[in-house]
Amino acid sequence: MAKNIIKTVQLTKTYFIGDIEVHALKDVNLNIDEGEFVAIMGASGSGKSTLMNLIGCLDTPTSGDYFLDSVNTNKLTRNEYAEIRNQKIGFVFQGFNLLPRTTALENVELPLMYDRQHRIKEPNKKAIEVLERVGLGDRLTHVPNQLSGGQQQRVAIARALVNDPSLILADEPTGNLDSTMSVEVFCLFQKLNDEGITIILVTHERDFAHFAKRIVELKDGHIIRDVEIQDRLVASEELEKIKEEVV
Amino acid sequence: MQIKNILKVAGKSILKSRMRSLLTALGIIIGVAAVVVMVAIGDGAQMQVEQQINALGSNLLIIFPGSTSQRGVRMGAGSFNRFTMEDVDKIREDATLIKAVSPIVRSGGQVIGGTGNWSTQIQGVAPNYLEIRDWPLASGSFFTDKDMLSRAKVAVLGQTVAKQLFPNEDPIGQLIRIRNVPFRVIGVLSAKGQGGFGNDNDDIIFAPATTVLDRLSGGRYINFIQASAISLQQINQAQDELTRIMREAHHLRPGEDDDFTVRNQADITEAATSTSKVLTILLASVAGVSLIVGGIGIMNIMLVSVTERTREIGIRLSVGARTSDIRIQFLTEAIVLSLAGGLIGILLSFGITYILNNYTSQFAIIRPEIIFIAVSFAGIIGIFFGFYPARKAANLNPIDALRYE
Repeated sequence: MAKNIIKTVQLTKTYFIGDIEVHALKDVNLNIDEGEFVAIMGASGSGKSTLMNLIGCLDTPTSGDYFLDSVNTNKLTRNEYAEIRNQKIGFVFQGFNLLPRTTALENVELPLMYDRQHRIKEPNKKAIEVLERVGLGDRLTHVPNQLSGGQQQRVAIARALVNDPSLILADEPTGNLDSTMSVEVFCLFQKLNDEGITIILVTHERDFAHFAKRIVELKDGHIIRDVEIQDRLVASEELEKIKEEVV
Repeated sequence: MQIKNILKVAGKSILKSRMRSLLTALGIIIGVAAVVVMVAIGDGAQMQVEQQINALGSNLLIIFPGSTSQRGVRMGAGSFNRFTMEDVDKIREDATLIKAVSPIVRSGGQVIGGTGNWSTQIQGVAPNYLEIRDWPLASGSFFTDKDMLSRAKVAVLGQTVAKQLFPNEDPIGQLIRIRNVPFRVIGVLSAKGQGGFGNDNDDIIFAPATTVLDRLSGGRYINFIQASAISLQQINQAQDELTRIMREAHHLRPGEDDDFTVRNQADITEAATSTSKVLTILLASVAGVSLIVGGIGIMNIMLVSVTERTREIGIRLSVGARTSDIRIQFLTEAIVLSLAGGLIGILLSFGITYILNNYTSQFAIIRPEIIFIAVSFAGIIGIFFGFYPARKAANLNPIDALRYE
C-alpha cells in the first residue's frame, strides 16, 4: 500500500455572501495516496476550487478535519500553514499568478526566498535547473509579458517544483491555454507524476481528465463519483498525434 | 527571509515605479532639508553672537559697582560708585584664579591730532589690559607699569581712531590732544571689529588708568574692573573668589548685601544666545511639521501600494511567505523610501547652506549631530507611517488576496 498523503474527514466549508449562506463543501471524505494523479471535476460552483484551497492550506475549513501527511491541520497556526505551503505543496493556478515585471528566474526563486530551513543551498542554481526541466532554459531573463501563455504556465510549474514538493496542486492549469499548449502541460505533469510527485488538478474538460489516473467528481459540495481511469491517455503520444495532424 | 533579499525586493519595487517613489520621498526630502537648513541658520546666528561676545576677551569677568541699601532703600545699579585703585591692587595681590586684572576708567571727548578731530571714548586701563581682552597690537607698544606710576601722557589708538586722525601717516610718535591734554601716541591696536551690541570696538583710545583719573575724569573712582580667569573651567570659582576679595576690600559684614556685581562671560553669552536658541527651536518645529506631513505622504502611497499589489501579496503568501515576511517587506519599503529621502534631503541642505554662506550675508553651519538626528527621525517616520500599511498587507487572507482583481 502506498502511503496516505491526504485524508479529509467530514470536511465542510460554508461561506457567507452578505446574509446568504453558501455551502461550498459538505461532509467531504477523500483519501489520496502518494504517487496518485487525481483530476477533480465538476461544474462551476460545485466546490472543486474550495476543495483545492483547503487541500492547499490556503484556506481553513468551517468544520471537519484535514490530515496532510497524517498531521491534522486544524491545530496549525498561520505560520505553520505558510510553512506547509512552502515546503510540501506546489501551486499552479489558472491565471499563472506570476509576479509581473519580474524575470522567469526570479519568479521561480520566490518560494526559496521564504524557505527558512534553507534546504536548497544554491537557490539560483536550483531555479535554473527546474526551468531547464520544464524546457525554458533559454528564457531565464524574460518577464511574463515576453512569454506565451504556455511558457508562463511552465514558469509557474517550475515555481511549484523548485522546493521539491511532495504534492502539486493545479487549479485549472490549462484553462487559459489552447489545446496544443494544454497537452504540453499535461505531458509535463505526467512526467512529474512518473517521477513520484502526487498531482491533484482541477479541470473542466473530460478529455484532459483522462490524462490522470483517477477522477473525483463534485456536485453541490458533495463527491458524486470517484473512479480509477481505465483508458488512460498518454500525453506525449497525444502530442505526437496533434503534431502529425498539423503537418 | 534574509536581509539581503528583503532589501533587494524593497529596492526593486521602489525602482519599478520611479516617479511615484520620487514624489513620495519628496515630502521627506523637503522636510529633512528644511529642518537641517533651519537649524543650521539658527546655529550660524548663535555662533556669530558667541563670536562677537568672545571678542570681549578671554575668560572675562566684569565687576560692576552694585546697588547700595541705605536703611532698606535700595538705590539701583551704579548708585555706589566706589571702586578705587586699591580694590584693583587687592585683587591683583590676593586672587589666585585671576590671570590679569585691570581697572576701567571711562572718559570721552573730542580728540584733535594729525589731520583732523574726532569724538571718541577714552578708557584708562592697566598695562596688562590687552591680555584680558585678548587683543594684539598692530604696531608700536602698549604702556608699561612705569607709565602707570608716572601717569605718563601716552595713548594707544584703536584702528578707527587711527584712520580718522592719521589717514595717510604713521600715528606712532605723533601728538594728539584729548580735551586739550596732549598725549603721545605709542601704539595702534589691531582691528577687533564689531562688538556684540553693534558698537565699534575699534573706536577707542586707551591710556594709563592713573593718567585718565588724574587728567580727564578728575576723581579717584573707577567705573568698573575687568579681570581674566586663568581658565574657562575655573571661571565660576574665580567669580566666587573675586566676590570674596571685594567683600573684604569693602569691609562688608556677613549677611550684608554685596555692593558690587560680578558677571562672567558665560552669563553674558547665555543671555545673548538665548534669543537665537528660541528662534532655532521655533524654525525647527515648523520644519518638523513638514517632515510629519511627508511621513503621511509615505503612508498614503504605501496604502495605495498595498491595494495595488494585493495579488502580489497573495502570490507570495501562496508560495509560503509568512505574515511577518510580508510585514517586513512593506515596512522595509517605507523605511528605505524615507531614509533615501532623508539622505537626499541632507545633500540638498548642504547645497542650500553652501549657497547661503557664499552668496548671501546669512551664515549657516550644519552640526554633525543634526545630520544624525534628521536621518534617524526620517527612519522613525518610515517605521511609524509604514507600520499600518505593512500590517494591513500582512494580515490579508491568501485566498482573498489571490482572487483580488
